[in-house]
Amino acid sequence: YPPLTTIPPPAKYGGRHTVTLIPGDGIGPELLTHVRELFRFCCVPVDFEIVSIDSKSTSDDDMNNAITAIRRNGVALKGNIETNHNLPPSHISRNNILRTSLDLYANVIHCQTLPGVRTRHRDVDIIIIRENTEGEYSSLEHENVPGVVECLKIITRKKSLRIAEYAFNAARQNGRRRVTAVHKANIMKLGDGLFLQCCKEVAAGYPEITFDSMIVDNTTMQLVSKPQQFDVMVMPNLYGSVISNVCAGLVGGPGLVPGANYGKDYAVFETATRNTGKSIANKNIANPTATLLASCLMLDHLRLHGYASMIRKAILATVSETRLHTADLGGQGTTSEVVQSVMREIESKGPRTSEQI
Amino acid sequence: MAASSAALSLPKVFRPVLGLGRSGNPAKVWAAAASCRREKSTFVGRIIPPPAKYGGRHTVTLIPGDGIGPELLNHVRELFRFSCVPVDFEVVNVNSSVATEDDIHNAITAIRRNGVALKGNIETNHNMPPSHKSRNNLLRTSLDLFANMMHCQSLPGVQTRHKNIDIIIIRENTEGEYSSLEHESVSGVVESLKIITRYNSLRIADYAFRLAREKGRRRVTAVHKANIMKLADGLFLQCCKEVASGYPDIQFDSMIVDNTTMQLVSKPHQFDVMVMPNLYGNVVSNVCAGLVGGPGLVPGANYGTNYAVFETATRNTGKSIADKNIANPTAMLLASCLMLDHLRLHDYANMIRGAVLTTMNETRLHTADIGGQGTTSEVVQSVMKNIQSGGPLTTEQI
Repeated sequence: YPPLTTIPPPAKYGGRHTVTLIPGDGIGPELLTHVRELFRFCCVPVDFEIVSIDSKSTSDDDMNNAITAIRRNGVALKGNIETNHNLPPSHISRNNILRTSLDLYANVIHCQTLPGVRTRHRDVDIIIIRENTEGEYSSLEHENVPGVVECLKIITRKKSLRIAEYAFNAARQNGRRRVTAVHKANIMKLGDGLFLQCCKEVAAGYPEITFDSMIVDNTTMQLVSKPQQFDVMVMPNLYGSVISNVCAGLVGGPGLVPGANYGKDYAVFETATRNTGKSIANKNIANPTATLLASCLMLDHLRLHGYASMIRKAILATVSETRLHTADLGGQGTTSEVVQSVMREIESKGPRTSEQI
Repeated sequence: MAASSAALSLPKVFRPVLGLGRSGNPAKVWAAAASCRREKSTFVGRIIPPPAKYGGRHTVTLIPGDGIGPELLNHVRELFRFSCVPVDFEVVNVNSSVATEDDIHNAITAIRRNGVALKGNIETNHNMPPSHKSRNNLLRTSLDLFANMMHCQSLPGVQTRHKNIDIIIIRENTEGEYSSLEHESVSGVVESLKIITRYNSLRIADYAFRLAREKGRRRVTAVHKANIMKLADGLFLQCCKEVASGYPDIQFDSMIVDNTTMQLVSKPHQFDVMVMPNLYGNVVSNVCAGLVGGPGLVPGANYGTNYAVFETATRNTGKSIADKNIANPTAMLLASCLMLDHLRLHDYANMIRGAVLTTMNETRLHTADIGGQGTTSEVVQSVMKNIQSGGPLTTEQI
């Protein structure tokens, strides 16, 4: 069930879609190679246009190429691009530039406990909708007086209304009962106060959905004790970062949750917690589940629902097998074993007939 | 010098047994107490000199606040009277619904006078205009209580999903995202300023490392988001690194806040001492409070150069459970023990703390927030019974 998208399905040429692929750094390249392998194995009608971005160079050419490619294709699948700390502060995070240039205003993360993964909390099912382009991530900082840095957090009415509208629409489409806005308006009265007010205004137009709000510190505390009380949550950028990571931790870690970034015209899919995973790169121990589920979200977006559910079922069956769990889930399996198992699952279900597609 | 030789011959009872400030200069303390003069300490280690005692009794400002604050602080007073603790409370009420700032300024003056305070959380009324600042915030910035320290420990009798957690969180308390500087230059666009200064960052990092050294901790982790907020959190991180180089015995590392929260819910045992700016401190301290059992169990302390204010760690007003006798008094009682430690009344502090922990072990006395059905008064009665059964404090103990 994909959340609402205002994006028309991309054009198919000869029945095949073209999707931009940005390998990124760390575990990105190896996991996306597995995705390509899997798609080829399943005969998914998607061609990948690979655009590499070198995180060490300071020129903007790589980024501009990638952005142009995504504008052309409409859809992308990406790994996380590392932000080099040794470069001067004018070198803005590449991931951030991508999100703001393409105006991917909604980051949607669906955290669900997967059967077969042992966690401390059961039955967690939360959709997190995070504003993706403004808030604390405006990258506007200055040092007027030496030793005193001012960092600007921007909240605008237009974007807050937009994300609230997206959240309520998504809740309605997925049959959800309740939307919770997360904020800190007791301290940031104007900023988060504006966000909260926009959410309230939009909530008035959706009478069947309950709307409430919670301060971010209380929210995180409730999440670690009673996460089952939350349904859909909407919030500005920084709180979204923290809360999506807490929820990812609750359902089993960064290797399991896919994330999607939606804009009016484009969609980019990646892992929810956006880790580069430098320390485990190229060791065949990374968990491919998040990236594979992200590719399923992409297939759903391209309206290739048959392929998406086929791959998703195979992944969930594989995750239930404890002996195939990778190191982050406490097992000793390797990435390639997991991918092989997914392929075997798909094969065992038999060839797809024309009724299924 | 006479003072230093007198200091060396001080009997054991005058040297602090527990708590902060073991490295304080005894000669200075002795001189200060003898002349009943409160001088500004230039030694940053033991930052606040012990407040003056008049007739052997301390005076502490008490701010009841809203919600569950008043009833819990009443219990604290009752307990102190029962245990004959030599502390008198000067009660200052702060009315959260009026727009004038007189109440809070009275409270601040009282704290300046007494040096120490115990407070409940003051509610911030959302219906007032944005110029009406949070009273708690005003108190913290006026008194320059720059360090908020919270020690999260799993209590033995409380059942939680994670066991044996022991994390100290040190949070910068006066700047960062809580500067209350916001403006709407263009209608519909709000700019909220987050201020990070070198001076405050160095100060909090120094406090964190000193505390880690005093408590024998191995590792300090700085929590930040410098990949996005390069100048602001970058400055914070750099200050921490500079201070870390002066403490080679303590390991220093840093972690991005989103990764930190994820690690906290899966593997909290990897953390030891954590230092961070204001907003991340708020979130991380609430996550840790949730991990050890909830907001009713963890006390918090706010330290400045000259003043100290004690309260519950997660600063909840608890409006929905006010006056129903179901609130958990543990956090407030443990906060009062922190206050007694600060006043160097260590024996009273240990006595009360021991009684509270013994009471916590009894599952039938657990209040609603930790899954039981006990009432606040039952818990307090049990603490008093425990103290009574421990026998009277003799002169050797005091």
